[in-house]
Amino acid sequence: MNRRLTWFNATSLTLGFAFLYLPMLILIIFSFNESKLVTVWAGFSPKWYGELLRNEQFLDAAWVTLKVAALSSTLATVLGTMAAYVLVRAGRFPGRTLFSGMIYAPLVMPEVITGLSLLLLFIAIGLDRGVFTIVLAHTTFAMCYVSVVVSSRLMTFDRSLEEAALDLGCTPFEAFRLVTLPIITPAVISGWLLAFTLSLDDLVIASFASGPSSTTLPIKIFSAVRLGVSPEINALSTIMIGIVAVGVITASLVSKRAIQRQRREEVEGVRA
Amino acid sequence: MNLRRVTLIALPYLWLLGFFLVPFLIVLKIALSDTAVAIPPYTPTLDLSGGWAAIRDFFGQLDFENFTWLTEDELYWKSYLSSVRIAAISTFITLLVGYPIAYAMAQSPDEWRPTLMMLVILPFWTSFLIRVYAWIGILSNEGFLNQFLLWTGLIDTPLTIMNTTTAVYVGIVYTYLPFMILPIYAALEKLDGSLIEAAEDLGCSRLSAFWLVTLPLSRPGVIAGCFLVFIPALGEFVIPSLLGGSQTLMIGKVLWEEFFSNRDWPVASAVAVVLLLLLIIPIVLFQKNQQRQQEAEQ
Repeated sequence: MNRRLTWFNATSLTLGFAFLYLPMLILIIFSFNESKLVTVWAGFSPKWYGELLRNEQFLDAAWVTLKVAALSSTLATVLGTMAAYVLVRAGRFPGRTLFSGMIYAPLVMPEVITGLSLLLLFIAIGLDRGVFTIVLAHTTFAMCYVSVVVSSRLMTFDRSLEEAALDLGCTPFEAFRLVTLPIITPAVISGWLLAFTLSLDDLVIASFASGPSSTTLPIKIFSAVRLGVSPEINALSTIMIGIVAVGVITASLVSKRAIQRQRREEVEGVRA
Repeated sequence: MNLRRVTLIALPYLWLLGFFLVPFLIVLKIALSDTAVAIPPYTPTLDLSGGWAAIRDFFGQLDFENFTWLTEDELYWKSYLSSVRIAAISTFITLLVGYPIAYAMAQSPDEWRPTLMMLVILPFWTSFLIRVYAWIGILSNEGFLNQFLLWTGLIDTPLTIMNTTTAVYVGIVYTYLPFMILPIYAALEKLDGSLIEAAEDLGCSRLSAFWLVTLPLSRPGVIAGCFLVFIPALGEFVIPSLLGGSQTLMIGKVLWEEFFSNRDWPVASAVAVVLLLLLIIPIVLFQKNQQRQQEAEQ
């Protein structure tokens, strides 16, 4: 396409990104507002961050959320990578269609249905709801996202590398550990990150799967937000937006460097 | 078949069977059961100790009563229709907002693009709940939008946007915009610029070159983007319940209330089954579209 930044394109980029970022910017600015009134500026103050740190309920919920996210994303990464490997490499086996259906269906399933069905399962088998059931629920839907990310990497890489390792006397497991795994590692890591953020962010499924004793941060935020806007929630949101922004930017810089290195190595490999 | 291969397949397979398929069968079963004042609040429950007769009896007691109920009570089919309408209208608005952004991104200088891409993806990683919450402070009666409009003198009395369907449209367009931009951008980026030059050389104005060349070639991206917005918007819960107030009917919200407020599990399950049936059509169409795309590329 011919690259010209016409006034039309410049306007739509400006307006578009203003629309995407202005609401979050307002939120961040007003988290430093002195006044309890969230729409009237009354001077700069970091006091709501102090309030937040003294709020035991939020801290507890944040701790539960982090635990759930760490556990479920790790489990989901293991299961999702296995599922991706099965989908791309295992060839034919009985029930393969059902298997790939079950990988893709949760991606389009409305959260209310996933949540409802898991809750009914937990009740049917008499499992007490708490941190454990939230981990099970999050692992299930996150593993599907992981397997989509990992399988797209598995599909694109050169299979002859694995075959070479097998020819040179590796067992299939060694070939996986020494050849396949290092190549798909970036995809596995981004799958883990995706699973982690999905778990941090989830309100609906966690609401169904949690018991009275285990409240995650989104559940807490949701019940607070229903009562209206509060400067404390603004402060909390600002912290979360900050963490995500730093994380995403670092990750993209790291992966950019990794891609560049890989390209360089490939070029050198061709020369040698 | 060696043991390792069997374990490799069986582990994720059994997990998905147990935590995805079986729960769904339970929903289906409860949708066919009757409400009861008991724990759990439905009947019949399967009791395998009763032997074959108990199993036959169990299936005999299942019926479609809840589904008949869904067609008789206005609330349900009204909220199904309203969900479809809200999802369709907001998909259309998202397309109108997203297309120019994707187009401008595809035409921007090469060195800008990674940054622009990142700016589109970043909100996707930010908490959905927080992004919806941010609009409460903007759209409410004494919110920033009304303050701004009153200040400019465009209006004399604050507009009521919060707790209306309009607020839901804004919420859906805002949160799902990246899903629309990315596939359209991917389609436009691949576009061969010489085609447009050819059209212009042959006497097309810039507008008609866009209309006759660019737009048709970006159609796959537009279709993919529309499905990616429409499908999740249809079952949306967070946006209507935070921004839509009590007058906005959406089926995800009805299901939630049926379950948590009314504690009517069989009806909630029946609502879930119908919602899924409603979703199957767009999902199948989307799959077909993606497959055609892949075949066309190969």
